Amino acid sequence: MSDCCTTATVDVQPVQRIAGKIQTVALIGPPNSGKSTLFNRLTGLRQKVANYPGVTVEQHYGKLSGIDRSDLTLIDLPGIYSLNARTEDARVAVDVLHGRMPGAPVPDAVLLVLDSLHLQRQLMLAAPILSLGLPTLVLLNMSDLMESRGGEVDTLALAQELGVPVARISAARGTGLDAIKHFLDKKSEPVTAAVKPRLELPVVGNPRSYRQWATGISSRTKYKAPISSVWTRKLDSILLGRVTGPLLFLIVVFGVFQVVFSVGLPLSNAFQTVLNTAGAKVGLLLGHGWVESLLIEGIWKGVSAVLVFLPQILLLFLFVGILEDSGYLARAALIADRVMRPIGLNGKAFIPLLSAYACAVPAIMAARTIENKRDRLATILVTPFMTCSARLPIYMLMIAAFIPNKKLLGDFFGLQAAVMLSLYVLGFLAALGTARILKSSFLKASSAPFILELPQYRVPTVRSLGLRLFDRGKVFVQQAGTVILCVTLVLWILSHIPFSAQLPQSIIGHIGQWIEPIIKPLGFNWKIGIGLLSSVVAREVIVGTLGTLYGADPATQSLNLQAALRHDLTLGGAMALVVFFAFAMQCTSTLAIVRREMNSWKWPALQFTYMTVLAYVAALATNILVSHFF
Amino acid sequence: MTALSELKIGRSATVESLHLPDEIQHHLMHMGFIPEALVRAVRRAPAGDPTVYAVDGMEVALRRETAQWISVRELEEGSR
Repeated sequence: MSDCCTTATVDVQPVQRIAGKIQTVALIGPPNSGKSTLFNRLTGLRQKVANYPGVTVEQHYGKLSGIDRSDLTLIDLPGIYSLNARTEDARVAVDVLHGRMPGAPVPDAVLLVLDSLHLQRQLMLAAPILSLGLPTLVLLNMSDLMESRGGEVDTLALAQELGVPVARISAARGTGLDAIKHFLDKKSEPVTAAVKPRLELPVVGNPRSYRQWATGISSRTKYKAPISSVWTRKLDSILLGRVTGPLLFLIVVFGVFQVVFSVGLPLSNAFQTVLNTAGAKVGLLLGHGWVESLLIEGIWKGVSAVLVFLPQILLLFLFVGILEDSGYLARAALIADRVMRPIGLNGKAFIPLLSAYACAVPAIMAARTIENKRDRLATILVTPFMTCSARLPIYMLMIAAFIPNKKLLGDFFGLQAAVMLSLYVLGFLAALGTARILKSSFLKASSAPFILELPQYRVPTVRSLGLRLFDRGKVFVQQAGTVILCVTLVLWILSHIPFSAQLPQSIIGHIGQWIEPIIKPLGFNWKIGIGLLSSVVAREVIVGTLGTLYGADPATQSLNLQAALRHDLTLGGAMALVVFFAFAMQCTSTLAIVRREMNSWKWPALQFTYMTVLAYVAALATNILVSHFF
Repeated sequence: MTALSELKIGRSATVESLHLPDEIQHHLMHMGFIPEALVRAVRRAPAGDPTVYAVDGMEVALRRETAQWISVRELEEGSR
C-alpha cells in the first residue's frame, strides 16, 4: 500500500539554543523498555509500538503536548545497550544523542527509560548516559508490573546513588507522568550556579566495570527483582516445544487464512452490496448521462472494487498485531533460525520478513536491526517477495471468482484458503531462494552471530490493537479516495476519448491492444494489461482499474466484477495473474524506501528488473500448466 | 571448565571468559554474559538450536556456534 507507512511525525524547526534552557528532550533506553509507548503518551502521537526489541529504528519528533509543554520537543530514539553502536538503528540513537545527526536538534535533557523488571542490567546503560553530563531524569518503567510481582527498589536511595532524580512510571497505563512535567518545569528555568552532586562513574567503555557499578548500586538500593512471569515460561514450554511449537505455528497460520475467508469474505460481500446499492441510488438521482457514467460506472466502480476488501485487510492486521504485541514474533524468529541458517540468513531477518506480511516498507526499515551489512542488504532485497496486504485485494478477487468453495479439512480449511496459502508460501519460497542465491554469490559473508532477547509475553491491549486497526483502515480508505480515485478518473477519461467511440477504439483500448501481444502468452487480455501498468503505482490499484474498465465496457457493465472476469478470462490466465502479483515489484513506495535505505538507485532498479522477469516467467509457466491440466 | 553450549538444559553455570571477536563480546557482555554472572540453560528451540539462556533475569537465545566460545564453570547440582 503506497503510503501505509507515513508516520505521524511533527516537523521541527531548528531552534536557537539558549544556554541552560531546555528545548529538546531525548528519550533513551535499552531496547523494548517502553520508550515509544511513553513517547505516544507524552506527545499524543502514534508511533508504532510492539513487544519485541528493535521496533523503533529511526528518530521521531513530537511536541510534549501530553503534559502541557508544547514548547518542548521530544525525540524518540531506537533502543541501545551502550554508546558503542553495532547496528544502523543504534547508530541513529547515538548520533542524535551526541548532536551529530544532520538536521536533528541537539538534545539538552535526557529521559532515561529503564525497564524496572530488569533494573540491575538496565542500570548499566545509566553509566554512559550520565557521563554525557546532560540534565537527566531516570524513569523506572513498568513499575506497576514490578510491584505486583513482588519486586522492590528504594527510589530515593537510587536517586542519591545516581545523583539525578528518579521516578516510577507506567507508560502503558500513563501513571507517574507528573514527575516528568515537574522535572522539565524545574529544569527549564535557567540554571544558576548549579551544584553538581559528586557522582562516581565507572571507567567509560568497559562493560565489566559498568556491570560491577550497576550491581553495587542495585544492592545498595535494595533492588529485588520481581519473580519472572511464570506463564511466560509455561507458554514457552508449549510454544517452543519440540512437537507442539511447530505444530501450533502451522495451526495458527492455517487458522488465519481460514478466518480471512470464512469471516472476511461474507463481511466484504455484505459491504459490497451496501456500496453497490448506494451507487445505484445516487445513479438514479443523477439520471442517464455522462455525469452518471463518470461518477458511477467510472469512479465508483473502481473505488468500491478496492474498498470492499477493507474487512479482510483489517482482519489480517489484527492477526499481525496480536503476533507482534504478544511477544510471539521473537519466538517465531527463534523457531525459524534453523530454516534460515542454510540459506545464509540470520534468524533475526525473520522479524522484518514477518512484518512484511502487513507492508514491505516498515519491514525494509526494520532490517536496520541486522548487524551485518551484507545480511541487511540481502534481507532488504528479498523482503518485497513477502505477501503484503496490498496483494490481498487481487488475490481475494481472483480466488473468489475462479476457485470453487470446496472443503478440504472439514470446516477448518477450504480450497479457497488453500490456494491463498499457497500464494503466501510461493512468495516466501521466492524470498528464501533469492536470499540463497545472493548469499552464495556476491553477498557472501561470514554469518553474524544470532543474539536475540526474548521478551516476556504480554496480553495485547484492546486499545493498542484498536488504534492500529483504525490507523491502517484510515490509510486504506485514504488511498482509495486519492490514488485509486485519480487513476480511475484518468482511465475513465482515456476510455471515453474519442467521444462516443467503443471501448476497444478508445485511447485506453489502443494502449491495451499495443501491449497485448507481450502479455497474451500469460493468458491476459488487454484490460489486465492496463491493470498491470496502473498497478506499478501500488498493487491494489489493479482492482480499481479492472472495476472501471469492466464498468465502461457495455458487454460487462451489468455484471459484477467477479462475473465480468469469469466472462473474459480463463482459469489459467486468472492463476497466472495472481502468480504474477506474487513475484512482481508493483509498488513505488517500496522502490523509494529501498533507494533511501541503500542510498542508490542501483539496488531498487536491479530488484525491479529481477522481480518483473521472474513474475513474467512464473506467470507464463502457470498459464501453460493450469491450461494443460484443468 | 566447559563451553556454554555443552551445558545441559536446566543446569546452571557461572561465566568464566569469552573468546569472541571484540565487537560481539562487547554486545554479549552488555546482555549480561559477564565473568562471574550466573547463566542457566532454559530450553532449546524445536530444531535443537539455538538455545535459550536465562542470564540476569532475561532470556537470550544464542546459537551453538556462539555459545561454544563462552567458557563456563558448571555449578554442582543442588548448590543452586
